[in-house]
Amino acid sequence: MSKIRIATTSLAGCFGCHMSFLDMDERLVGLLEHVEFNRSPLTDIKHCGPCDIGLVEGGLCNAENVHVLREFRQQCKILIAVGACAINGGVPAMRNHYEVQECLEEAFLHGVGVDNPMIPSDPELPLLLSKVHPLHEVVRVDYYLPGCPPPGDAFFTILSDLLAGKEPSLPKAMLHYD
Amino acid sequence: MSNMFFIDGQEIAFTPGQTIMDAALAAGIYIPHLCHKPGLTPQGSCKLCTVDVDGRSASACTLPATAGMKVDNNTPALQEVRKTLLQMLFVEGNHLCPTCLKSGDCTLQALGYHLGMLDGHFPPFYPLREVDASHPDVLLDRDRCIVCALCVRASREVDGKNVFAIGRRGANARLIVNSPSGKLGDSDLAADDLAAHICPVGAIMPKNHGFEVPIGRRTFDLHSVAESDVATPVTLKKTEHHDE
Amino acid sequence: MNIASSLPSGGDIHLLHRLRALQDRHQHIPPQTIAPLASELGLPVSQVEAVIDFYSFFHRSPRGHFDILFSNCTSCGDLVLMQQLCDLLGVVPGVTRADGLVSVDQTSCVGMCDQGAAALINGRTLTCLSAQQLPALAALIHAGTPLDEWPAEWFAVQDNIRQAALLLNDTLSSGDGLRAAVQAGAEQLLAELRQSSLRGRGGAGFNTSLKWQLCRAAPADTRYVVCNADEGEPGTFKDRVLLTRYAQQVFEGMALCAYAIGAQHGFLYLRGEYRYLLPQLEATLAEMRTANLLGENILQQPGFNFDISIVLGAGAYICGEESALLESLEQKRGVPRVRPPFPVTHGYLGQPTVVDNVETLLAATHIALHGGQWFRDHGTQDSSGTKILSVSGDCMAPGIYEFPFGISLQTLLAACGGQDAQAVQVGGPSGTLVSRAEFGRKLAFEDLATGGSIMIYGAQRDLLAVVRNFTHFFAHESCGFCTPCRVGTPLLRQYLDKIASGHGTAYDREEMARLGKLVKRRSHCGLGQTAANPLLDLLEKFPQVYAERLLHQDYEPFFDLDAALATTRTLTHRDDAEAHLS
Repeated sequence: MSKIRIATTSLAGCFGCHMSFLDMDERLVGLLEHVEFNRSPLTDIKHCGPCDIGLVEGGLCNAENVHVLREFRQQCKILIAVGACAINGGVPAMRNHYEVQECLEEAFLHGVGVDNPMIPSDPELPLLLSKVHPLHEVVRVDYYLPGCPPPGDAFFTILSDLLAGKEPSLPKAMLHYD
Repeated sequence: MSNMFFIDGQEIAFTPGQTIMDAALAAGIYIPHLCHKPGLTPQGSCKLCTVDVDGRSASACTLPATAGMKVDNNTPALQEVRKTLLQMLFVEGNHLCPTCLKSGDCTLQALGYHLGMLDGHFPPFYPLREVDASHPDVLLDRDRCIVCALCVRASREVDGKNVFAIGRRGANARLIVNSPSGKLGDSDLAADDLAAHICPVGAIMPKNHGFEVPIGRRTFDLHSVAESDVATPVTLKKTEHHDE
Repeated sequence: MNIASSLPSGGDIHLLHRLRALQDRHQHIPPQTIAPLASELGLPVSQVEAVIDFYSFFHRSPRGHFDILFSNCTSCGDLVLMQQLCDLLGVVPGVTRADGLVSVDQTSCVGMCDQGAAALINGRTLTCLSAQQLPALAALIHAGTPLDEWPAEWFAVQDNIRQAALLLNDTLSSGDGLRAAVQAGAEQLLAELRQSSLRGRGGAGFNTSLKWQLCRAAPADTRYVVCNADEGEPGTFKDRVLLTRYAQQVFEGMALCAYAIGAQHGFLYLRGEYRYLLPQLEATLAEMRTANLLGENILQQPGFNFDISIVLGAGAYICGEESALLESLEQKRGVPRVRPPFPVTHGYLGQPTVVDNVETLLAATHIALHGGQWFRDHGTQDSSGTKILSVSGDCMAPGIYEFPFGISLQTLLAACGGQDAQAVQVGGPSGTLVSRAEFGRKLAFEDLATGGSIMIYGAQRDLLAVVRNFTHFFAHESCGFCTPCRVGTPLLRQYLDKIASGHGTAYDREEMARLGKLVKRRSHCGLGQTAANPLLDLLEKFPQVYAERLLHQDYEPFFDLDAALATTRTLTHRDDAEAHLS
């Protein structure tokens, strides 16, 4: 039987969910007998090939996030929004309290200690969206794994259930938004 | 059997004039609620306590119990209705739990756990709301307000003041402060008023008391909002539900 | 006792009236006037602030010296005209022109559905507006010509009574009903009312004699009569005509009720859009006082003291809901109360109160004179008497039609020349969308209940646009009290906008329907409970109207991704391919 292919990425997030993913510790070894990683910070593969499961951490704050999310949605049979930021914007969404123009001006023009004030402009730099959005506003999401971050046990539970072909469920003690 | 009625088939005693909610709580039965606090005038606005009474929808916190009435409370359909209402409350405001001091002690969040809410589901409203830090002891962060008006009632009915009110209309409804400037610092709110402590979410918070209890050790980290629901696992699949 | 001076919260001491005066004088409510007003009226500042922001006709920043509000109703609204006028005046809708001369915006139905397009200018009603008229209108504004010098015919409101029956044909002399009632006594009056089986004409259809009986039986020293003239349901304008032609009989109906229940005070709660009726209504009240039909010892009955004051609303549909209306009378935001208790036992200021529709009170006056059986002989088993209908939309003769209850929609359509309709909205947006196949259905409480609004839609109408209009209306008018309506109505609006703009998927349609059913079933009051009716009715009866707009794909974003980059594109002066999202 061929291995289940998993891709992971972090959009507007802090990689904390990925760190928590690694908190599965020695259980990762067992998992690797059944899965292989495609695009992921763990493999350094840059583009997502056809996969069974996509784990997306972080919300959408810029144009590149949107491109990556669309690639994941296109390539992954099951897309999982991982963590508070993917689910409702999380910490990056605190900037939604302000206009994006105010944010950029504060950071690059008027902020304390700014040298050579100018708003950066380069085709290499992805443009910011006017707001930080959760994933489900832009693509269909199949499952949500809440938490900031979700505990390693929660990753293990959802992946084990999916590998076993079961509808995943989470003990209530593992359900947290913080 | 005159002063008895039924919740999910269980016979419950009530005193005349008692609401379904009060009779249920007295009998140790949990009905989810946000805008209700025993002792304050019930309001019936959050609708989390929505029950079906003889087949008709009603708010348990405002409807007086009557003899023989049959109340559906803890049914999968009603829990789904409540979860949807909760999702509506989440997308209406700016509820970013990881950034909130109230996390772990927040009833909105605890109800999310209780009802197995995994996401906001609907498109967020991203409202722009005012933060009021003018009071020396109390912070008012309207981003987290769910317009339950517990503070409004606590101030009027218990503190003997009239510090808060609900202003504006529809989705723009906002908590306002009864002072000439509209600022909390110019009101007569005192740090030990009930109104300064009753907020079920992180909208009205005492200053200078953050993180006295660490995340992970707070009320709803250790206890369910209903204590009775811990054993039921949450299905991660988004459920399709039709409220017919 | 001097009744006039003991009238609570009427006239110049009512908060809504004081705010209206400030708005008229300053084109907004100046911040520095709020605390003094609160203190003068003995109200908390927060209550005044909350009321200012609840009612549409009060503003925080100055509107133009000419403030024009175009109706956005599907019958009396024309937003194309609004835009044309904006272009002529160089204004953007909702934004006061820099020189402060003029502002143009839209408002909910102004009750001129039989003579649209209509607008309010500084609170006065403009009817039958046309594109040809706009340049002249714009010129008068630019010249600063006072409204009193504008062509009077622009402000003329026609009654358009097309079909009169039991009530509208009956010519009563002043005081006829009241004299008959006083002669027979209160018990007999209630008996006749019971015999008539009169049911409330606002739409809900509660038995009127039972309401009066319950109020009369409620223990209290003080009772009130309230006439609900907050005719806000889009497509309804019959109360406008009744208060124009038959105000005296309506007031007499209130006095009858007062006589029956033992009330001394009454209120006419008139919607702000009908402000132009105020002078003539006050004059009618004055005449009635002179004729001893109001005041002390009415018709020489010792102790029959009753007077009426008029309170003018300020642009809030929800105040047509009786308990919200009472809150508004009490100078608060119009938020519907928790029921029970009902107004008949706990109404205005917590006292037993009868709240009746204009048409109900008019009918009561006729019943007092002619007896219950006279009324009962018309209509159907469950719906006695006649119904006064406001007919508008795509028909030859829009206007007022009085028919016995029980006539078919088809009969009405034949009478008004609307046979070609593809659909009719019966009872306004909160009512029922009826398709051609159902035109045989009867207008009666037991079939198609209606407060009187009949909006006709011809074959050329886009029904999705109609339903979208209604859905926007409810989201705009939601009071915000309960979660399902406060959050649900804007969400429904968002789903419908998405579908109407061609960005909706089958999933969005299903989600909208799921949410609609929840909002309908779980909302606190009638507004939320009916807000989803139009979009659910359309789904049931005209599914193809949705189907033909849907994208045939799995999912579509909720917002325009490329537009979400617009600000940062501008800030970075970029327009390369990477600066766009498709």
